[in-house]
Amino acid sequence: MTACIEARGLRKAFGATVALEGIDLRVEEGRIVGLIGPNGAGKTTALNAILGLTPYQGELRVLGRDPWTERDRLTRDVAFIADVAVLPRWIRVAQVLDYVGGVHPRFDRAKAEAFLARTNIQRTSRVRELSKGMVTQLHLALIMAIDVKLLILDEPTLGLDILVRKQFYDSLLNDYFDSSRTILVTTHQVEEIQDVLTDVLFINRGRIVFDCSMESFESRYVEVMAGPEHVAAARALHPIHERQVFGRSILLFDNVDRQQLSALGEVRTPGIADLFVAVMGHSAGQAEGTAR
Amino acid sequence: MSSDLSMQTPLGGQPLPFTPTTEARPMYWSLRRELWENRSLYLAPVIVAAVVLFATAISTIGLPSRMRAMARKPPAQRTSIVKAYDIAPAPIMLTTFIVAIFYCIDALNGERRDRSILFWKSMPVSDRTTVLAKVLIPLVVLPLIAFVLSLITQVALLLLSTAILLANGMSPVPLWTQMQFFQGVIVMVYGLTVHALWFAPIYGWLLLVSAWARRAPILWALLPLLAISAVERITFNTWLFMNMLQYRVTGAMFEAFAFTPKGSSGDVTRLSQLTPVRFLSASGLWAGLLLTVLFLIAAVRLRHKREPI
Repeated sequence: MTACIEARGLRKAFGATVALEGIDLRVEEGRIVGLIGPNGAGKTTALNAILGLTPYQGELRVLGRDPWTERDRLTRDVAFIADVAVLPRWIRVAQVLDYVGGVHPRFDRAKAEAFLARTNIQRTSRVRELSKGMVTQLHLALIMAIDVKLLILDEPTLGLDILVRKQFYDSLLNDYFDSSRTILVTTHQVEEIQDVLTDVLFINRGRIVFDCSMESFESRYVEVMAGPEHVAAARALHPIHERQVFGRSILLFDNVDRQQLSALGEVRTPGIADLFVAVMGHSAGQAEGTAR
Repeated sequence: MSSDLSMQTPLGGQPLPFTPTTEARPMYWSLRRELWENRSLYLAPVIVAAVVLFATAISTIGLPSRMRAMARKPPAQRTSIVKAYDIAPAPIMLTTFIVAIFYCIDALNGERRDRSILFWKSMPVSDRTTVLAKVLIPLVVLPLIAFVLSLITQVALLLLSTAILLANGMSPVPLWTQMQFFQGVIVMVYGLTVHALWFAPIYGWLLLVSAWARRAPILWALLPLLAISAVERITFNTWLFMNMLQYRVTGAMFEAFAFTPKGSSGDVTRLSQLTPVRFLSASGLWAGLLLTVLFLIAAVRLRHKREPI
């Protein structure tokens, strides 16, 4: 199977600031990958490199091509939504439909029209007259009507209310995604995309610090809500993280037998956000350790 | 459009596989995009044309009496009544040059400022096509707009004057014989073409600065030129650079037309005053076009590299 995105030692520095510190990455076709990281972790830089919007050092192949030198060819097979504010504000809805239909050989106008018919967006409106949610819906209608192999979403739901966010991911899964397509998404609203993803990547300080498919995520990680009487026993099993909620301890375990843990309290699959906190705390501690 | 083709080949850096459908469609839609975004490209000249038409129309009310007065004059002085038709295109063309300057200085800067460049770059339109579309606006589209509007204005004025003369029971024939309508069309096409070619490096420079500057591109476009001039004045006590800039602004008039007496930018009344051979053999023209190509190559490279501001 060919990789949709393959990076080896991907590096990028802005002056003295290192944004990407040697990323190794392999995304297979037909996956929905979440790239999760704190602000300034290098998410957008990584996406820009993949999109051919920024030069980089190291090796990077997207659909078998070099995105920096072959960007023109790649744009036929790669679509992206950078964030909500990139549609030109002066353009009319009908104009942007004409334009994308005119320049993109894989654009299906009927599909975009059908999607827009379910919204309140008027054809004669200018983008600047639309609400933030409507602009996202419009951009999504355009992107979802383009038959591409790779879709990249950088904070696609930033600043949107919860209803629109839910709708966004529902249409992404139901109307768009199939096994020949690959989606790479970054967001801060991690819990909302947990059920959508097939793989999750954590990025911090320009490095991939965690890389796991959701299947193995669910089998590897277990969270136990332990009563006070079991806390000592639970701690003996080396949890990777522990937090307190309403006076009870919630302990996160990596690769510990579920049966054994269920004796200590309520067992469940952790949220990506909880694992994120655990992993980030861990890698931050490591970084401090190496700094000293 | 031999000038466009000659520009296209060196810009790519590598030979173009020329496939009309895949190359022409993005170009066509890029041009439409520019006209959608910058409605002043045609609105400003249209408004000026309307004002010119209105002002000249008012003056045609006095036409019958002027025609009568002229009939009493010797034939040598009879050109005055068609003056209004000859000067009508001038403000329209001047407007398109001003619009072209403002368009170019914002063309590659505005899309980075409002971050819409991320949207444009997500579409399969190359940087080369985008920059070429943007330079075709001042080189081809605006001269076309100026030509069509001037023609419409002149025809409208001619019909209006004819109607007024007929309504006053006078013959419009003297007006029509003096008009030299087709000669005027030729002079206009020639004038617009030579100026587009002569000003090409100005447009190229403005596009380059527009792609390069983060803010205040108009200052970046002008200040280095003034600085070079000032340094030259202080160091060598000469004005060579400033004279060169001045030649770039006014040179087309002197290279492409022969005025009598020499040096006065008077009227062009005879086709023999057009000097295309002298214009085409002017080294300033070819140096300018070469510079344009270099500026555009740099602008394409910059658009490829630059991120939103």
